[in-house]
Amino acid sequence: MNAKTFVRLCLLPLVVVTLAFFLLPMIRLVITGASGPLGINAYAAILFEPRYRTTLINTVVLAAATTAATLIIATIAGLFLQRHRFPGRAVLVAMLTFPLAFPGVVVGFMIILLAGRQGLIGDITLPLLGEKLVFAYSIEGLFLGYLYFSIPRVILTIMASAEKLDPSLEEAARALGAGPWRVHRDVILPALGPAFVASGAIAFATAMGAFGTAFTLATNIDVLPMLIYTEFTLSANIAMAAALSAGLGLVAWAILALARSFGGSTVAAAG
Amino acid sequence: MRARVIFFSQFAFTVLVAAFLIVPAVLSMAAGVTTNYFRGIRSGFTLQWVIQVWELYADTIARSFVVALLTLAVTLVVGVPAAYALHVRGGRLSRAIEEIITLPLAIPGLAIALALLLSYGTFSDFRRSSLFIVAGHVVFTLPFMVRSVMAIFSSIDVKTLDESASSLGAAPWRRFRDVIVPNALPGILAGSLMVVTLSLGEFNLTWMLHTPLTKTLPVGLADSYASMRLEVASAYTLVFFVMIIPLLVAMQIFADSGGRKGARK
Repeated sequence: MNAKTFVRLCLLPLVVVTLAFFLLPMIRLVITGASGPLGINAYAAILFEPRYRTTLINTVVLAAATTAATLIIATIAGLFLQRHRFPGRAVLVAMLTFPLAFPGVVVGFMIILLAGRQGLIGDITLPLLGEKLVFAYSIEGLFLGYLYFSIPRVILTIMASAEKLDPSLEEAARALGAGPWRVHRDVILPALGPAFVASGAIAFATAMGAFGTAFTLATNIDVLPMLIYTEFTLSANIAMAAALSAGLGLVAWAILALARSFGGSTVAAAG
Repeated sequence: MRARVIFFSQFAFTVLVAAFLIVPAVLSMAAGVTTNYFRGIRSGFTLQWVIQVWELYADTIARSFVVALLTLAVTLVVGVPAAYALHVRGGRLSRAIEEIITLPLAIPGLAIALALLLSYGTFSDFRRSSLFIVAGHVVFTLPFMVRSVMAIFSSIDVKTLDESASSLGAAPWRRFRDVIVPNALPGILAGSLMVVTLSLGEFNLTWMLHTPLTKTLPVGLADSYASMRLEVASAYTLVFFVMIIPLLVAMQIFADSGGRKGARK
């Protein structure tokens, strides 16, 4: 056997597995999406049918809010941890990255323990406000859940990127008389731009498609993954479920591709 | 003075964020071994919930391990040779293939699961077996294996190794087995840890693909969150933590040593 044939043979299992279990099924999904009573217009219905549009807007707003809040929180904490060495720092970093491998359902349960009916926040607010603050099962709870799984990923990206910053630029700015605020605004934050784009895109795409957390907190939260799930299981509206998930897949992919074209590399996400 | 105020406020903020992430995890571990969570730790320490979880859900835990190991086996057999081929070939086609196999990272699991259901839902024997879940997990984890192995190939000089083995008369298969694989071992190991960890925790695909007879651990978790008392749900979560924490620690140690190697390069 010559070397070329061997290399081709090495590639064969990958091509077969990818075609059989990913590429062809995805094509089938897109076709099924156009095969319901609405035909190809099912894809347009995502944008124009009020019920779907409301859900889409909710999902996008929630994902955007998650992304913005995560970026702010992770930048403050990430920069702090990258610039200071103090006892206990390693423990803090470990605590902040520990939830990386939590599945969405577990994140949902963490939010129930914080803000659910027997939750910690309720226990704290009962003596303070005279009532239990319970918001785990609402859109605020979902927001908190999305923060929970986005923060570790974004902090890691920002710390890695801050480590590579050229300290001489900062020193130069300081020597020229810039205060800490201006150094941050004009030197550090712009240099972290690619990291913001890359990790923000992941946070956004993950929040758009995250199912497990919404499923655990569930009941009446109106977001795209829950809509797909109910269309598929409860209403047996398979064509619309297919159209919605194909649309969701396309959006998530487009955001990540766009972010990558800005030059940031991506850390894998699993919501 | 001002610098100290800034330092301490940033420190306090960071501690607060860490508390947000860690406190609920600690609460859940505590709740899993507390007699009555509503009455608090004072009600006493017990293993009854953990035992109950074992009685109710031992099959899901075992199945999750089987699924994870099968997924690992498939990603090794498919992913390692493919990473080698993609690296050696290079060129536009290889990049396109790499691009396609990394798509499942961007596309939500729900969409992939629906696609699999639409395509294989009628093959009832396959659909009812755990292998259907393995298929989903393979699609989802394969890019991690391929990327992790390819990352090693780009840091060692595979071509020279390959050529010198070839000039000594080794056939392609023997070069792959005796030269390429041993050199790629760190990447294969890192990829394997990732694949097993992801497979053990995978919910989005699995929830759609499972049947009542093929429940995995995360599916059981969702089940217990919906229908069991808080202590049982917590004990089950505790079991999950105990399973994945060693994997996470191993991954961290690995990343640290790998990172240092990378920095030296």
